[in-house]
Amino acid sequence: MKGNFIDNLPKVYGIYTGGFIGFIIIMAIAEQMGMTAKAIGIAFVAFTVFIYALIGWLSRTAQADAYYVAGRQVPTVFNGMATAADWMSGASFVAMAGGIYFKGYGYMALLVGWTGGYVLVASLLAPYLRKFGCYTVPDFIGTRYGGNLARFSAVVVLTVASFTYVTAQINATGTIASVALDIPFQYAVYVGLISILLCSMLGGMRGVTWTQVAQYIVLIIAYLLPVFWISNKMGAGFFPHFMLADEVARIGELEQQFGFVKNAAADLKSVPKGLAGITKAHSAVNATPWAFISLALAMMMGTASLPHVMMRYFTTPSVKAARKSVGWSLFFIFLLYSSAPMLATLSKLSLIDPNLPTGIIGKTFAEVEAIDWYQNWNQANLMFISDFNGNGTLELNEFFMGGKAVVLATPEIAGLPYVISGLVAAGGMAAAMSTADGLILAIANAISHDVYYKIIDPKAETAKRLLVARVLLVVIGFAGATIAAMEIQGILGSVIWAFDFAMSGLFFPLVLGVWWKRANRQGAIAGMLGGLAAGTWYLIWVRTGGSGFLGITQLTFGIFGSAVSLVAMIVVSLMTAEPDKATQKMVDDVRVPSGKTILGKSH
Amino acid sequence: MSNQEKHWDKSRNLLFITLAIWFVFSIGIFLFGAEMNEVTGPFGYPWTYWFTCQGSLGAFVILIFWFANRQEKIDEEFGFSEREDE
Repeated sequence: MKGNFIDNLPKVYGIYTGGFIGFIIIMAIAEQMGMTAKAIGIAFVAFTVFIYALIGWLSRTAQADAYYVAGRQVPTVFNGMATAADWMSGASFVAMAGGIYFKGYGYMALLVGWTGGYVLVASLLAPYLRKFGCYTVPDFIGTRYGGNLARFSAVVVLTVASFTYVTAQINATGTIASVALDIPFQYAVYVGLISILLCSMLGGMRGVTWTQVAQYIVLIIAYLLPVFWISNKMGAGFFPHFMLADEVARIGELEQQFGFVKNAAADLKSVPKGLAGITKAHSAVNATPWAFISLALAMMMGTASLPHVMMRYFTTPSVKAARKSVGWSLFFIFLLYSSAPMLATLSKLSLIDPNLPTGIIGKTFAEVEAIDWYQNWNQANLMFISDFNGNGTLELNEFFMGGKAVVLATPEIAGLPYVISGLVAAGGMAAAMSTADGLILAIANAISHDVYYKIIDPKAETAKRLLVARVLLVVIGFAGATIAAMEIQGILGSVIWAFDFAMSGLFFPLVLGVWWKRANRQGAIAGMLGGLAAGTWYLIWVRTGGSGFLGITQLTFGIFGSAVSLVAMIVVSLMTAEPDKATQKMVDDVRVPSGKTILGKSH
Repeated sequence: MSNQEKHWDKSRNLLFITLAIWFVFSIGIFLFGAEMNEVTGPFGYPWTYWFTCQGSLGAFVILIFWFANRQEKIDEEFGFSEREDE
């Protein structure tokens, strides 16, 4: 190929996408010729992980600029895809449609929150941090406010938030690897970890960028293809997003007809842990305005504080490109997020509508128990039925399902070939791996660049810095995997906590660093440590039986944390001396897009 | 007022407009979620349901691109836009 790699990107990824679709077709043919379901699952996961590892190896580098910010030459659209993969975790891919299926409107606050946050990223932060020219988020805090304590506080908040998040992602890669490769979870976690490290260790940010683009392509095909296919197969409409109004209305009708019967506590005891029944209306407004808005707001401010997202915009060639790139990121995220409610609708209707051949409500227990897919998913502990009222017919309140089943089982229920299930496994793996990579890299880079290079040994050679960065990457990965293997927290809960931790400690110190010249070092330190401490205290208080106040729950504790952070930062800043002239000049320079970055090219 | 101050003034105004639109789609409409859901909206979905599934999400995408273009215009106006080779 002629020209340099960057100019050839559309061609390279075009060939890659074509190759992947070719692979799906080969697998579909192999299935017809009698390849077993298990072999197809292994082939999908192994093939895609091999490709990512290959990209990781091809992106190896010995330069600090390439290792930390991919050489600052990632074009807007590709950076958008990489950010979308970085952003959409195993939870978005596997659990989101399930959450919507069970909880409806109240849960969809997450959809609004996880997209609306990007408006804050684009308008308040990303272009200015790009102009700054930093390698990491604490790099900005450390330079803007000055001093090792401010820098170190930022590293602490970053580590708490990202580490909370990363264990959930490694857990998700382990779950998928254990199902697809049929090995025990404790080993699968480490298989997942090694796959993750293969992408990031040699090439740092450069390796992660190009694998994330590849992972986005896999995950979006794996999510959209089944949604469109199922919708067409059910006759619900060839473009589900615009055509499911009748189906949504029909679910409402059926809910009326069946009613939401409350189960006795004794009956519910027999339901396996983690499974739930349909107890909430599909499209009705079932949450108070404040419950909805507070959750959305917490997720939006958390989005704008999570370092692994912010650092993706350090890799664009210009400030202008950073802004546009946020738009592309959100567009690529929108493609998946707007499909999740459609999948939830299709999945629910296909199960509960007695007029559809796949509907099971109203059938006898013997009939349902004889269905192949019911047996499979019952064995996988994701579906369960029990005749509470003893009438022999399955009622709505007698059917239970795991949240993951909406994404994982719906293709099979709708009668799609197994090749689609293999594809979905590869998509879930891509989603979890890409997010884990971004997070581990964010932590390792912050510690290697900000703690080791900037604080401990500022004279270190590039080779030594990058060696430290890679050792940290492996250490943090293994620490995350070890905790993930203990299986102490659910995937989604810990993801939401990560947002709350990040917003508690980082939102206002970052935003005011650009938008309020008077903000100084003492104020920022008070804001970061005070916010993080207040948020953590609130979480522990509510978890240990505290009543909470203002309707702030353990999922939205960041609202309290960030409020404390804001007040502490303003009060302490105003009580202490204003920043010196050089710092004020620096803030002025950050606000102008043209000209040199604040920090030198290589620092 | 210096060139730079004028540029920042305009940029800040743009930020306020952007955040106001953001507020409407992320918070404003959900203050009236229950009332609005009674009305049939685009493609036949109930209004509030449609906003949570697609409407607000799409509005954010458009808003960011609109913001980016306006900010570029402001940067050009004051001679602060970046050269391509930088």
